[in-house]
Amino acid sequence: MRYLVSVIDDGTGPATPKEDAAIDAFNDRLEAEGHWVFAGGLNSPSTATVIDNRDGTALFTDGPFLESKEYLAGFWVMEAPDLDVALRLAADGSEACNRKVEVRPFL
Amino acid sequence: MSVVDVREAITGAHREEWARVVAALARRFGDLDIAEEAAAEAFATAVERWPADGVPPNPGAWLTTTANRKAIDRIRRENKREDKQKEAQMLYDDDPPEPPGAIDDERLRLIFTCCHPALALETRVALTLRMVGGLTVSEIARAFLVQDSAMGQRITRAKAKIKATRIPYRVPSAEDLPARVSGVLAVLFLVFNEGYLATGPDTDPVRHDLTAEAIRLTRLVRALMPEDGEVAGLLALMLLTEARRTARVSASGELVTLDEQDRGAWDAALVAEGHRLVRERLATGVAPGRYQILAAINAVHTSARDVRDTDWSQVVALYDQLVRLDHSPIVALNRAIAVAELDGPEVALAAVDRLEDKLADYHAYHATRADLLRRLGHREKSRAAYDKAIELAGNTAETAYLTRRRDQLG
Repeated sequence: MRYLVSVIDDGTGPATPKEDAAIDAFNDRLEAEGHWVFAGGLNSPSTATVIDNRDGTALFTDGPFLESKEYLAGFWVMEAPDLDVALRLAADGSEACNRKVEVRPFL
Repeated sequence: MSVVDVREAITGAHREEWARVVAALARRFGDLDIAEEAAAEAFATAVERWPADGVPPNPGAWLTTTANRKAIDRIRRENKREDKQKEAQMLYDDDPPEPPGAIDDERLRLIFTCCHPALALETRVALTLRMVGGLTVSEIARAFLVQDSAMGQRITRAKAKIKATRIPYRVPSAEDLPARVSGVLAVLFLVFNEGYLATGPDTDPVRHDLTAEAIRLTRLVRALMPEDGEVAGLLALMLLTEARRTARVSASGELVTLDEQDRGAWDAALVAEGHRLVRERLATGVAPGRYQILAAINAVHTSARDVRDTDWSQVVALYDQLVRLDHSPIVALNRAIAVAELDGPEVALAAVDRLEDKLADYHAYHATRADLLRRLGHREKSRAAYDKAIELAGNTAETAYLTRRRDQLG
């Protein structure tokens, strides 16, 4: 089962070197234990562009689709047998990146 | 067998077997929805058939077999529609078969699944009462003063989340166990408290159905985890509280505080059982948790034949222990109430006043202040505090009590 672990930032800004080191160590552990699928950090929401091409004429809009104090700062995609394992990993991930995280299963 | 006997047999089987049937089905079919529906159908079939066919020699086995058949029927029906998709979404359970004697009771898995921390507390309560307690959706809705449809939706959504996120159907690992057990106990305590201090203007002040259900479920958890001190502590706490139930509300529906209760009206058997559990935990020498300390405090109170015989220094010492584990301002408030008996109302009032920031919206904070101010002779300040407490209290018996005390100030 795959889970998306979203990293929620509420204006703390980019990760500090200490946080980066902790994230690297956590990622190594995910790989070693077979939970690793993918992970990435995202640039700030102000760099986002929204595209709407539902009617065949692509419309580009500057900025995030949702203006909010909390935003997605990065994510992990993890492989875990069940939610208990995913929650435990997510708790360690939250500690490593020093941010709140949200766990959601893929369909 | 008379109609009454059959009805009693069905009620008894429901009480004894519901959780076992749901748990066995959940384990076998890996789906709470199927388990719940098939169990309900099996009991409905019993209501239909037992009066004519007689009560089977082993009602539990009959119900499980019938429920299994109902579940298989449903899966066949659905498989025709959606083929294999169902199987892929089934609840996950990869545990190897456990050795006999391990805590492998299926009902325990069911309880831990219903009380999973990924579910909101109110959802855990509803799910536990439905799946483990066997209450109907409308019974649960009535207990928590919400519409049937809203409660039904809450339970349906919870089952869907359990399935979609793969909340496992198993007893948590040793590493997670203490936190998860305390999560289960929080659910049981909440059910008990809602019964013990029911809220709402048109609600009975004490809802015996809820306190009884909470005790029944806690007894079940205790039978499944006899070594757990906090489970024993919570059960003892509930028993010692329940023992005073009838003495706690007067004939006119007013709250009777501990010092004014007719101690002869306490249920001696429940008191004895509660004391036995507290003594049993003390004898282990293991440091007590929150519920065990609360139970011990209640044991001190229920040991005194007269309120004047209460060992207040023991009560305060236990609260000191509790404050170290539980930093909640409510614990500090209750400690101050005991301090008033030991060191006088002035010392207690100083301690209570320090809690204002945190407890300004809590009726018991104002009720405690009102009583201490009254004892210190500050009549006007006491009246104002009673007014505030009455405004905030949600329980009819408490409101009646506070109103009388205020009016007695003269």
